[in-house]
Amino acid sequence: MTQPEVAAAPASTDGSGQRPILEVTNLRKYFPVQSAGVIRRTIGHVQAVDGVSFQVEQGGALGLVGESGCGKSTTGRLITRLLDPTSGSMKFNGREIGNLSNKQMLPLRKEIQMIFQDPYSSLNPRHTVGTIVGTPLRVHKMVPDKQVLTRVKELLEVVGLNPEHYNRYPSEFSGGQRQRIGVARALALQPKVLVADEPVSALDVSIQAQVVNLLQDVQKEFNIAFLFIAHDLAVVRHFCPDVAVMYLGKIVEIADRETLYARPHHPYTQALLSAVPDVKQAAIGGRRERIRLEGDVPSPVNPPSGCRFRTRCWMAQDICAKQEPPLLQIGPKHKVACHFAGEYGAMPTSPITLDALGVDQHGTPVSGAAPSTEDLIKPGFSDAYTNLETHKSSSERLVGDRIVDDPKGEGTATEK
Amino acid sequence: MFGYIIRRAVSGILVLLATSVAVFALFFYGPSNPALAYCPETRCTPERLANITESLGLDRPVLEQYGGYMKGIVAGNDFEAGAISIPCDAPCLGVSFKLRVDVADYLLARFPATLSLAVGGVAIAVTLGTALGIFASRVRGTLADKLIVGSSLVINAVPYYLVALLAFLYLISEWGIFPQSGYVSPFTAGPISWAAGLLLPWLVIGITSSTQYARFSRGSMIESMNEDYVRTARAKGLSDRMVTLKHALRSAVVPVVTIMGLEFAALLAGTIFTERIFDIQGIGKTALDAIGTKDLPIIAATVLIAAAFVVTANIVVDIIYSLLDPRVRLS
Amino acid sequence: MTEASNFLTEQNAREADQRRADGPGFEGPYLVVENLHVSFPTADGTVQAVTDMSYSLEQGKTLGIVGESGSGKSVSSMAIMGLHDMKRTHMTGSIRVGGREIVGLSNNKMQSLRGGEVAMIFQDPLSSLHPFYSIGSQISEAYLAHNKVSRSKAKAKAVEMLDRVGIPQARSRVDDYPHQFSGGMRQRAMIAMALVNDPKLLIADEPTTALDVTVQAQILDLLQELQRDFNSAIIIITHDLGVVAEMADQVLVMYGGRAVEHGPTKELLTHPEMPYTWGLLSSVPDVTADTSGRLIPIPGNPPSLLNPPSGCSFHPRCPHRDKVPGDLCRTELPLLVEGTRGPEHLKRCHLANPDMIYETEVLPEIAPDLVDLTVADGADHVAPENR
Ligand SMILES: Nc1ncnc2c1ncn2[C@@H]1O[C@H](COP(=O)(O)OP(=O)(O)OP(=O)(O)O)[C@@H](O)[C@H]1O
Ligand SMILES: Nc1ncnc2c1ncn2[C@@H]1O[C@H](COP(=O)(O)OP(=O)(O)O)[C@@H](O)[C@H]1O
Ligand code: SF4
Ligand code: SF4
Ligand SMILES: [Mg+2]
Ligand SMILES: [Mg+2]
Repeated sequence: MTQPEVAAAPASTDGSGQRPILEVTNLRKYFPVQSAGVIRRTIGHVQAVDGVSFQVEQGGALGLVGESGCGKSTTGRLITRLLDPTSGSMKFNGREIGNLSNKQMLPLRKEIQMIFQDPYSSLNPRHTVGTIVGTPLRVHKMVPDKQVLTRVKELLEVVGLNPEHYNRYPSEFSGGQRQRIGVARALALQPKVLVADEPVSALDVSIQAQVVNLLQDVQKEFNIAFLFIAHDLAVVRHFCPDVAVMYLGKIVEIADRETLYARPHHPYTQALLSAVPDVKQAAIGGRRERIRLEGDVPSPVNPPSGCRFRTRCWMAQDICAKQEPPLLQIGPKHKVACHFAGEYGAMPTSPITLDALGVDQHGTPVSGAAPSTEDLIKPGFSDAYTNLETHKSSSERLVGDRIVDDPKGEGTATEK
Repeated sequence: MFGYIIRRAVSGILVLLATSVAVFALFFYGPSNPALAYCPETRCTPERLANITESLGLDRPVLEQYGGYMKGIVAGNDFEAGAISIPCDAPCLGVSFKLRVDVADYLLARFPATLSLAVGGVAIAVTLGTALGIFASRVRGTLADKLIVGSSLVINAVPYYLVALLAFLYLISEWGIFPQSGYVSPFTAGPISWAAGLLLPWLVIGITSSTQYARFSRGSMIESMNEDYVRTARAKGLSDRMVTLKHALRSAVVPVVTIMGLEFAALLAGTIFTERIFDIQGIGKTALDAIGTKDLPIIAATVLIAAAFVVTANIVVDIIYSLLDPRVRLS
Repeated sequence: MTEASNFLTEQNAREADQRRADGPGFEGPYLVVENLHVSFPTADGTVQAVTDMSYSLEQGKTLGIVGESGSGKSVSSMAIMGLHDMKRTHMTGSIRVGGREIVGLSNNKMQSLRGGEVAMIFQDPLSSLHPFYSIGSQISEAYLAHNKVSRSKAKAKAVEMLDRVGIPQARSRVDDYPHQFSGGMRQRAMIAMALVNDPKLLIADEPTTALDVTVQAQILDLLQELQRDFNSAIIIITHDLGVVAEMADQVLVMYGGRAVEHGPTKELLTHPEMPYTWGLLSSVPDVTADTSGRLIPIPGNPPSLLNPPSGCSFHPRCPHRDKVPGDLCRTELPLLVEGTRGPEHLKRCHLANPDMIYETEVLPEIAPDLVDLTVADGADHVAPENR
C-alpha cells in the first residue's frame, strides 16, 4: 500500500523532498447562528475555523493543540469531509477535495479516516466487532466477500485484540480495547491519512500509553500520515514531529516540536506550555514560572478585532487591536502570528510584522507599501523567512515617526 | 417574550390553516356526498338532491367554497337554504342544517361543561399523580413503591371507557354512592349542585390519568435526585426536605408540565367517553351526536377547535418552560 | 476472604494506633480516617469500592489522592461528607473530623457538618450547579444553611465570595445563571460556595479535570491562595500526577479501592516504591521528556471490584512480580507498611528492594535526565543501614 513518491516537489516543500499528502490552504468554516422561532434568521456566525493553512507529509504527523472550542475538531471534520468548508482549499495528494460532491468523494473517503474521542459512543452497541470492522471492507469492496472475516481477524490482531473475539459486542470490551476497535475500523480501508480527534483523552491514564503506542506502531507499519488532535500538550509532543497551536479558529504558531516546546515565540503558546503541571519539575523542586492568563477564551461569534488573543495577552499594544498579525515564518520550520513574537522574556519592543503588513507602529497602513498577503497564507515552510535577529536592527529604525519606505529590506533575510 | 408569542401564534395559525384545509377536503370531498346527508332518505329525488347541492354551494368551485368557509370564520356569513336564512356571525364555523343553528354558538354553549370537566379532572390527576410519584421515588424499591407502580400499570391497562362505564353503573346507578351525574351551571344552579354532578367524572378522569403523572414524576424525580446538582445541594448541608422539594422537584416538574399541557388540551377538545357515559352536554358529546347524524359542519368545527387547543397548549407549555428554566429564552 | 481481611484489618488498626500514639494525640490531625471500608451491594454482587483505607490530614496541609478511574477516590472522600445513600451503602471503619466520629452519625447531625466545617467541590461545575437557580442564590443558600442571617446579608456574602474567588464585577454577575458563566467561572463559583462557611476541610474532587490547562492553572493558583488565607486542610483528588506534584504535601496512591502508596509528595515522586506508581509515572509523557522512545504503558486493565484479584490486586498487571520469591504476589495481600525510606513513606508491595529496582530499571527508561539528580538527592535520605 505504500507507493514511492517520486513526483516533482511542488513549490511549497520544506526541503526534505517529501511531498505533502495533505495540504490545507486558508480553510474556513463558519457555522451560522440562527434565531429561534418559525422564520429562522441567521444572526451571526461561529467562526469555528478561520483561515488555517498547514500541510502533512506522507507518513508524517501534525499535532493540533489548543483550548476547548478553538476549532480543532472542526478542522478534523472538514478534512474528512464530514463537514463542508465555507471556503479555502484542501488538497489530498495534490488533488483538490474541498469542493468534491459526496459521490466524487466516495473513492477518496477510504483514504482519509478518522478516530474519535469517545470509545463508548462511536461504536454501534448492537453490532459485533466483526460487523463494525467488516462493514467498511464490504462497502468499499476492499476484499472479496469471502475474505472479509479473515481480513477482520488480521486487523484485530494488528491492533492487539484477540482475533477470535470478532463476534463479541463493544460492551464486552474495556475503554482501551474499544479504542483499539476504532483503530482497526479506521485501518480496514488502508487510509493514507488518519485524523485522530482526542484519541486518548477519554481513556484512563494507565491505558492512554497503550493506545498511543499502538497508533505509533500502525503509523510506522502502514506509513500513515496523522493529524493528531489533542489538548494534552505532552501527548502531542510525544507523537507529532510538527505541532500547530490554535486559538479561536486560527493557527497562532506552528513549528517542529523541538522549536515549539523549547522556544515558543507566541505569548499564547508560552502561557499554554507554562500552565501544564509537570511532575518531574515539581518533584525535584524546580517549579517553572507560570504565566497567568486572565479571563477566558472570547466567543468565536464575536472574536476580538486584530489579534484574537489580545484580550488576554500581556504584551498587547495598539497595533494588536488594529491589525491581525500574519502567520510569519521566522525560522526554517517555525511560523508565528504575533506582532511582538519572540522568546519569553526577550520579546521585541517594536512590531516585527510591519513590513509584511505595510503598516506603521500603530497599525495604520502606509501609503506605497506593498504587502504580500498571498505568501502569508501558504501552507508549509519556505526557504526564505524573516530572521528576527537581523530584523531587530531594521525594526529599530522604524521606531521614529517616519517610516523607511523599504518593505523588503534587511527585514527579510534569505538563508539556505 | 412578546415577540416570541406573536411568532408562535403566527405559526399556530399556519397549522390551523393546514388543518382546516384537511378538514375541508375530508368532510366535503370525502367518500360520501354531504348533500345526501341532508336529503330525506325516503323521498330523495335527484332534483331534490341537486337542489340541496346547489343551496349548500357544493356545486361551486372548490377554492370558492373554501374561501367562503374562511371568510365565514373571519367576517361571518349568512346562510340561506330555500326560504330559511340563518345568520352566522364571525367567527362562523358554519351552520348546521340539521339543527338550523350557528355551529359556533352551539358549541360555545356547551363549552362550560367541558371546561369544568377538564379543569377538575386535570387538577385531581396532577395533584394525586405527582404526590404519589414523588412518594414512590423517595421509597424506591420498597413494597409501597412497587404497589404504586404496579397499580398504575394495571389501571392503565384497563380501557378507559370500561372504568368510566363500571363506575357509572355501580357507583351511581346500582349503589347510588355518588349523586346523579350531569352538568349544571354553577352560576344559575349553584356551585354545590355543579360539583355534585361532576364529582364522579372528575374522580374517574383524575384517577385514571394520575397514573401517568405518577410514573412520569417518579421517573423524573429519581433522575433528578441522581443529578450532580442535587449532590451539591446535599453537600451544602441542606435538609433532606429542602433538597427534595427545592432542588430535585424543581427540575422534575418540567416533563410533567408537558403531559399536563397536552392532556388539558385534549380534555378541552371534549372527552367523548366521559361525556357520553355520564351524560354531560359538552363538546365531546356534541361531536359524538353530530357523527351519528352526519352533521358535517359540527364535526368539522370540533376538529378545528381541538387543533386550536393543542396549538395553544403547546405555546402555553413553552412559556411555562421559559419561566421554569432560565436557559430557555423565548426570543 | 473475610477471615484474612479481618486479620489484616486488625493488623492495620494496630499500626494506626501505633502511629497515633506517636503523634500528639487527638489534637493533632484534623482528619483521621481509619480502616475505612465502603461497599455497595448490587445485583451482580458487592462492589468493594474502598477497602481498609487509613490516613490523616492536618490543618493547612494538602493531601493528593491519585489513581485511575474507579479506584475509589471519590467514594472514599464522599464518605467524609456523609454523601453516600446509607440505604444502599455498607460502610465500616472510623472517620474522625476534628475529633468527632462521623461513621454512623445520623443524617441530621451530618447535615450541620456538611458544607459548614467540611465542604466539597466537584469535577463538572456545569452539572454540579442547579441550572434553574442563580449563582448568587445558590451561594447564599449555602450560607443560610449554616448561619441565621437575613437574605440580603446572605446575598451580600455571596457577592463578597464571588469577588474573593476572582469573578470580575461580582455585584452584577451575582444574579447570573450557571449557563451564563464560562467553565472556569463556574468552578470559581463552586469554590466560592464551598468556602462561604470557612470550612476547615475542603475536598476537591477532580476540580480541574473538565477545564483547559490555562484555566486549570488559574483554579490551582486560587486554591493555593485560599488555603494560605483560610488555613484549611485540602484533599485534592485527581488522576494527574502533575497536579498533585504542584499542590499536595502528601500523596496517597489508590489502586482497586486500596491505598497502595502514601508519603510526602516530593519523597514519593522521587522515590516511588510501588510498581503501580512507577507505571503511573512512566505511562504519561511530559513536556520535557525525550520523544524518541516509546511510552511504557501499564499492561492490562484496571481490576474488577466485584471479583478483585487474589493477593496483591496489581499482580495481574505488575511487571515486577517475578522478583518476589515464591508466588507471594498472587497469594498474599501485601500490607501498607513502612518501606526502606523511613516511617513517613508507606507502600503496599512485597518487593524487598524497590528503591534499587526503581533507580536501575525504571528511572533510566522514563527519565534518564533525572537519574543523576535523584540518586544524588536520595543519597542523603537513605539511612546508612539500607545502602
Ligand atoms: N455544528 C456546529 N454548529 C455551530 N457551532 C459549532 C458546531 N460545531 C462546532 N461549533 C463551534 O465551533 C467552535 C469550534 O469547535 P470544535 O469542536 O472544533 O472545538 P475543539 O477545538 O475541538 O474543542 P474541544 O477541545 O472542546 O474538543 C466552537 O465554538 C463550537 O461551539
Ligand atoms: N452507588 C454506587 N453503587 C455501586 N457502585 C458504586 C457506587 N458508587 C461508586 N461505585 C463504584 O465504586 C468504585 C469506585 O468509584 P469512585 O470512587 O467514584 O472512583 P474514582 O476513583 O474514579 O473517583 C467504582 O467501581 C464505582 O463504579
Ligand atoms: S499580536 Fe499582540 S495581542 Fe496578539 S499575541 Fe502578539 S502581542 Fe499579544
Ligand atoms: S506486591 Fe508483587 S505484584 Fe504487587 S506490586 Fe509488588 S511486586 Fe507487583
Ligand atoms: Mg474537539
Ligand atoms: Mg471520581
